[in-house]
Amino acid sequence: MSNIGSYVERIQNFNWEIAKDVLDWKEGELLNIGAICSDRICTRGDGKKTALIWEGFGDKSARYTFDDLRVYSNGFAEFLSELGIEPGDRVCLFMDKIPSLYFSFLGVLKLGAIAQPLFSAFGDESLEVRLASAGTRAIITTRKHVRKVRKIKDRLPNLEKIIVVEGNPDKLKEGEIFFDVENSARIEEFDVYKSSPETPSVLHYTSGTTGQPKGALHVHNSVWGQALTASWVLDLQDDDVYWCTADPGWVTGTSYGIIGPWALGVTQCVLDSGFTSSRWYKFIQDNRITVWYSAPTAIRALMKDGDELVGDFDLSSLRHLASVGEPLNAEAVIWSGEVFDGLKFHDTFWQTETGSIMITNYPGMEIRPGSMGMPFPGINAAVLDLTTHLPLNEAGKVGLIAFSPGWPSMFRQYWKKPDIYRSKFVGASPNAMPDELRTNPDLWYVSGDRASIDKDGYYWFVGRDDDVINTGGHLVGPFEIESALVEHEAIAEAAAIGKPDKVNMEVVKAFVTLKPGFEPSDDLELDIMNFIRKRLSPLAMPQEIEYRDKLPKTRSGKIVRRYLRAIEWGEEVGDISSLSDE
Amino acid sequence: MDKMKETVLEYIVDEYLDEDDEDVVSYDSPLISSGIVDSFSMVSLKRFIENKYSIKLPDEEATPEAFDTVNSICRLVNQHLG
Repeated sequence: MSNIGSYVERIQNFNWEIAKDVLDWKEGELLNIGAICSDRICTRGDGKKTALIWEGFGDKSARYTFDDLRVYSNGFAEFLSELGIEPGDRVCLFMDKIPSLYFSFLGVLKLGAIAQPLFSAFGDESLEVRLASAGTRAIITTRKHVRKVRKIKDRLPNLEKIIVVEGNPDKLKEGEIFFDVENSARIEEFDVYKSSPETPSVLHYTSGTTGQPKGALHVHNSVWGQALTASWVLDLQDDDVYWCTADPGWVTGTSYGIIGPWALGVTQCVLDSGFTSSRWYKFIQDNRITVWYSAPTAIRALMKDGDELVGDFDLSSLRHLASVGEPLNAEAVIWSGEVFDGLKFHDTFWQTETGSIMITNYPGMEIRPGSMGMPFPGINAAVLDLTTHLPLNEAGKVGLIAFSPGWPSMFRQYWKKPDIYRSKFVGASPNAMPDELRTNPDLWYVSGDRASIDKDGYYWFVGRDDDVINTGGHLVGPFEIESALVEHEAIAEAAAIGKPDKVNMEVVKAFVTLKPGFEPSDDLELDIMNFIRKRLSPLAMPQEIEYRDKLPKTRSGKIVRRYLRAIEWGEEVGDISSLSDE
Repeated sequence: MDKMKETVLEYIVDEYLDEDDEDVVSYDSPLISSGIVDSFSMVSLKRFIENKYSIKLPDEEATPEAFDTVNSICRLVNQHLG
C-alpha cells in the first residue's frame, strides 16, 4: 500500500496539518530544518540508522548514521559560529556531492544562517554574480573549487570567510581557513537557532529571460511541503533506501536530496561520480536501492545505452521510480516499464520557486505516459488563458500553468528584487510587497511554463512561456550567456537560444557576429565554447555556434531571440513587422 | 598512436585541469567517471578531436564509456581514420 492511498480521498480531506501527523510532530517542537533532519531523528530513537550511503570517484565510499549527521552538522554550526557567522548571514556551499556538503547544509541551518548552495561546475563569473547578489559572507568549498573563489574574492567585499573542507591544508593561501569536520572534536551539543516558520533557510539562484539570475528565498516552514510530498509522491517509507540523483546546487538536490527524505528519517544514497550507465546500475545493485528519483536527461541517456546493459545488473530491489527537471517523454516512461520489471518513471513537476512537487503522477494511480499528472492535494492549480489570464475550463486548450499562493514551500521573495517577485503574480496591485503576495489566495503565481489539461484533469506540458533554456533539467538564462559571449575578444553581438536535443531536451545554441579582423572557423567555435564553459558552466556552453553577418533586431535595436528560436525549431516566426534587419 | 595520445592528453590537461591541480592524468585515467570531464564538457572535447583529426564521430559512438580515457578516445579516433 502506498503512502498516499487514494488520491481522490486525499484531495477531499486535505489540509497541511497532515504533514505534521506524517512526521509525528508535537506542538512546541523546534521548527529548524537542520535539527529536524538530524537531532530529531536521533531523539525518536533512530540515531544508529544509516542516514547516508556515499560513494565517490574511484573506490571511495562511506556510511553515516543519523547520529553522525547530528554531530557533524553540530560541528559545522559551532565552527561557523566561532568564525562570527550569524543568523541571517548567507553561507555559500560550493562543492561536489561530498559528505561535508550535506553536513554543512544542516549545520548552516542549525546556526540560523541561510544556506546558498551553488552548482560546483559553475565558472568564476557565474559564481561571482550569485555571491555578489546575495552579499554572501562565507563560502564553504574544496581545494578543487577554491581556485575560482580566489579569482573573484577581491571584487566581493562582503565575502569575509573562505573555508576549505577537503584537500591539502598546506596548499591554502592567506586568509583561507581549513576545516575537516570528521577529524575535529565531536560536537555533541549545539544550541540550535530557534527559527520561526518564516525564518529564511535556503537561497537558490534561478535564471530568467532577462537580467542576471535571481535568488529564490525559502524558509524553514517549507519542510511540511517537502516532507509530505516525499511521503506521498516519492512514497518514502521507513525501510527504503532512496537515491535522488540531483546535485544540491539545484533545488531538487536540497528539497528531495536532503530535506524531505531526512525529515522522514529515510536512508539516502549519494553517488559523487561522473555519469555512465553501468556505474549507475551498479550503484543501484550494490546498495539495494528501492526508490529512485532521477531526471529525464539521465533516463534518456540510459535508454540510449540499450536494454541489454540493464540485464547485466540485479535491479530487483527497485520498487518506485520518479523523475523531475523537464517533461518526461512518453517513450521514456514506456521504456522504463519494459526494462525495470514493470516499474514506470512517475513524472513530477515543480520548480525552484515552488520548493516542492506541485503537479505529479502518484503511486498506484494510472500513468498517462507523457503527462505531468495531477496537482498535489492542497495545491490549487490552473491553466490560465494566455491573454486574459483567467483560468481555462476547456480541455486541451493551452495556457500558463499557475498556482494560487499559500503552500508551505513557496518561495518568499527573490532576494532583494521585490519588483521581479511581484511580476510573477497575476492580479497583484502595483506596490504589493512579497508578504502580501505570497499569502493572497486570490492571486495566481505564474510558473512560466505552458500546459493544457485533458478532460480527466491530467496536465500536459507544452513548453516554456519565455526564452529560458531548459538543458538537462536545468534552467539557463540567455542573458547571462549573451553577456559572457560578448566578453570574448572576437564577438561583437550575440544571441543565445535553446535548440532541440534528444537527450537534454534543449542545448544552448549561440548566434554571433564577429568583430572586424576575425573570421569564422572551427577553431574559433571551439575557443568560444571553452570560453563560456569556463566562465559560466558546462551547461551554459553553446553546443553550436552560428556565425551571422547581423542578428535580427527590433527597430529599437533589441535582438529578437524568438525569431531565431522559431527558425531553429521549425515553427511559425509570427509577426516580424517590427524587425529592422530580416 | 603515441603522438595522438600525447596531443589528446595535453589538450585535456590544458582545458580541463587547472595549473596547480594535483591530479595526475595518464592515458588510462578515468575522465568521465572521475568527473574531470562532465557529459556537457564532453561535447567540446569531441569537437576538438573532430577538428584536429578531420573526422566526424557519430553520437552513438561518442559515449561516456568511449570517452572515459585517453586510450579509449584514441582507439575510437583510429577506427574513423581508416
